[in-house]
Amino acid sequence: MPQTLEPLLRSQPFFAGLAPGHVALIAGCAANVVFPAGTFLFREGEPAETFFLIREGRVALEIAAPGRGALVVQTLGEGDVAGFSWLIEPHRWEFDGRAVRRVRAVQMDGTCLRGKCDTDPRLGYDLMRRFAAMASNRLQSTRLQLLDVYGHAHGS
Amino acid sequence: MTETVNQRQARPADRAGPAAFPASALDHMLDAIRRRGFRLVGPVVRDGAICYDDITAAADLPAGWTDEQDAGAYRLRRRDDGALFGYATGPHSWKKYLFPPAARLLPPEQPPDRPFAFIGVRACELHAIAIQDRVFLGGQHKDPHYEGRRAEAFIVAVNCGEPGGTCFCVSMAAGPRAASGFDIALTELLDDGGHRFLAEAGSERGADVLRQMRARPAADADIRASRTVSERAAAAMGRAMPQLDLRGLLYENYGHARWDDVAARCLSCGNCTMVCPTCFCFGVEDVCGLSAGTGDGNPERRRSWDSCFTMDHSYLHGGPVRVSVRSRYRQWLTHKLATWEDQFGTPGCVGCGRCITWCPAGIDITQEVAAIAADP
Amino acid sequence: MRTAADTVRPAPPSWIQPRQWRVAAADRESADVVTLALTPPEPFRFQPGQFNMLSVPGIGEVPISISGDPAVTGRVLHTIRDVGPVTRALCALGPGQHAGVRGPYGTSWPLAAAEGGDLVIVAGGIGLPPLRPALYQAIGRRDRFGRIVLLYGARTPADLLFARELRSWRSRFGLDVQVTVDSAGRGWHGSVGVVPGLIPRARFDPAAATAFVVGPEVMMRFTVRGLLAAGVPDDRVYLSMERNMQCAAALCGHCQLGPFLVCRDGPVFCYRPLARWLGIREV
Repeated sequence: MPQTLEPLLRSQPFFAGLAPGHVALIAGCAANVVFPAGTFLFREGEPAETFFLIREGRVALEIAAPGRGALVVQTLGEGDVAGFSWLIEPHRWEFDGRAVRRVRAVQMDGTCLRGKCDTDPRLGYDLMRRFAAMASNRLQSTRLQLLDVYGHAHGS
Repeated sequence: MTETVNQRQARPADRAGPAAFPASALDHMLDAIRRRGFRLVGPVVRDGAICYDDITAAADLPAGWTDEQDAGAYRLRRRDDGALFGYATGPHSWKKYLFPPAARLLPPEQPPDRPFAFIGVRACELHAIAIQDRVFLGGQHKDPHYEGRRAEAFIVAVNCGEPGGTCFCVSMAAGPRAASGFDIALTELLDDGGHRFLAEAGSERGADVLRQMRARPAADADIRASRTVSERAAAAMGRAMPQLDLRGLLYENYGHARWDDVAARCLSCGNCTMVCPTCFCFGVEDVCGLSAGTGDGNPERRRSWDSCFTMDHSYLHGGPVRVSVRSRYRQWLTHKLATWEDQFGTPGCVGCGRCITWCPAGIDITQEVAAIAADP
Repeated sequence: MRTAADTVRPAPPSWIQPRQWRVAAADRESADVVTLALTPPEPFRFQPGQFNMLSVPGIGEVPISISGDPAVTGRVLHTIRDVGPVTRALCALGPGQHAGVRGPYGTSWPLAAAEGGDLVIVAGGIGLPPLRPALYQAIGRRDRFGRIVLLYGARTPADLLFARELRSWRSRFGLDVQVTVDSAGRGWHGSVGVVPGLIPRARFDPAAATAFVVGPEVMMRFTVRGLLAAGVPDDRVYLSMERNMQCAAALCGHCQLGPFLVCRDGPVFCYRPLARWLGIREV
């Protein structure tokens, strides 16, 4: 089935501009998945050997805090990528990933992909750049959230 | 520099040519103005400085006094003649009459019962009044308080013969000789021809006053002497603003290291804004209960001079926009010399030097600009 | 910039003396936000984006954007967040009481210039009320615009303003309404994240779009970056700025923003001339 996922991967914004040979290569690590609403794509602390390209639905990144319930840190939607722990040691999920609505996604096998990156460093570098851009983007958003720009400002 | 908005003064006068009169006849002029219903205000010596206050006669003027000025320094000194206007400028400016330091907005205040006659207005101050005219009367919304005080004001300019150590009106194209915006412009002459005044009418009513006091037509020698006074004054400026595109320079230098340097010296006291004849910022405050002046317990709305050196000036819910002294000094200087032009179509500085003289830290606006210009 | 200030208007009313307007209704929108419906003594006209000076005698006066429909002249809405003594006093007013009002002041959203293309409205927090009159007007002339996109961010789901109305705009007028919050619990099924993050996912034609943005200055800076990155031309992005205002008549000097007086040259500014000033700290 990998051949059928190639066009799908190419249409994902995250992989836009990736060399055709590389798309074919990574398609071998991809699989279509569906998560009903309320189920978890991944749980904090579990081994992270995959990541997801979200095609449809909404994923909430959550942290369970004692006494406060689950706090939604960020939500991801169509076109977003969930997960970069597969790339970074010790390969464990940092958040819970819960399907808020039914989620259709492409699941990428991280172990398989890491192997291909090791053999083809050009693919590895290209993917690393994409994940770095995504991480920087998420970090920037988190900073903005931390600023609490709409927060209450009682002065005079 | 724009012309004054006062139509009466803008109208060409009945030009019979300059007149002249002996210093002893100045009272005739003051009487003639007072008889027309004006409240006379002029320079007097008070608290060790030349201030503006009500006057009744030439005897109230600072005869035989001059001022010595430098950065952060002001001192009165005796002259060896009886000059009545032999000083530069003091800590006051005419804005304290046209735009009083504190006023009640609501309920509306009664306008003054008599219009002002300002005696002894310098060329730089005429420009300052013209600048405030633009601010308070030139826009879509007029300031009725200013308008009421300004509309009828009679202006007797006295050309500067004794610029101070902090003066730089020549480099701001604002002096030392009065060109427009006055009813009468005087030059005090102290040469061998005797203590006398050359008088030029700038309006119909100014010409009327000169006719009434029977001033004789000026001799050519008096006219020449008057020109000499202005030429000497122009050559005696204590300071000069660098002659360059200040707006362009300052717009490109919001990040200049000099702002940190001056911030280390500036006390953020706001003295410069209080003595500045063009600074117009005011704060509005509602007061009620015992602090309200009407005595009936109803709330009042008041306004008073504000300064961009205070934190409150830029306060927005949550905190001030301009937190650092660096940003507040930069706001003040850049407003004077650059952003004012965009906001009101004139520069905001006339080169009177008050901000230099009355700065407790002796900060000199011309030096700060020169430092930025030297290393843009 | 095309603004209401360019059109000829009769002599302005006194900037000193407010008129007393009766409070017809006071509706709580969230824990700290109230909408006052005020009845003007005579029909009141304003342009979307303009503001009034509202006052409570003895306490003070503040600029508040008008948040209602410009086509309604007999009931004027102001949506006020309690952030200080004056806004607190305004938020505490009830029907039958009075507020001092003078206005309207300032420039307005250039809706006419935006016609023929897509309209992208980006609001953060209490930035939605100043944009609502523009939305009403655009909806009233729905056929003159392409897509109308509203991207709206708030602190938490409980802080979202005009929630019912947002839903009706989406269903009745085909508005693409995207809402996000900075933080939420499980009960929230919408998006969590910042407003600029909504831009890449919004569907509009950037080359023919006009964007109106209101929110905290930091949010606006990042939003503009996102809009420009998406391809919206910098002269088709408009912001509403906020500064200390005490007279609203370009006289008191407090609302300076570099060469601009926000009460006179704003609050609505075209981004292009404003850009360099937004980049200077503490200006």
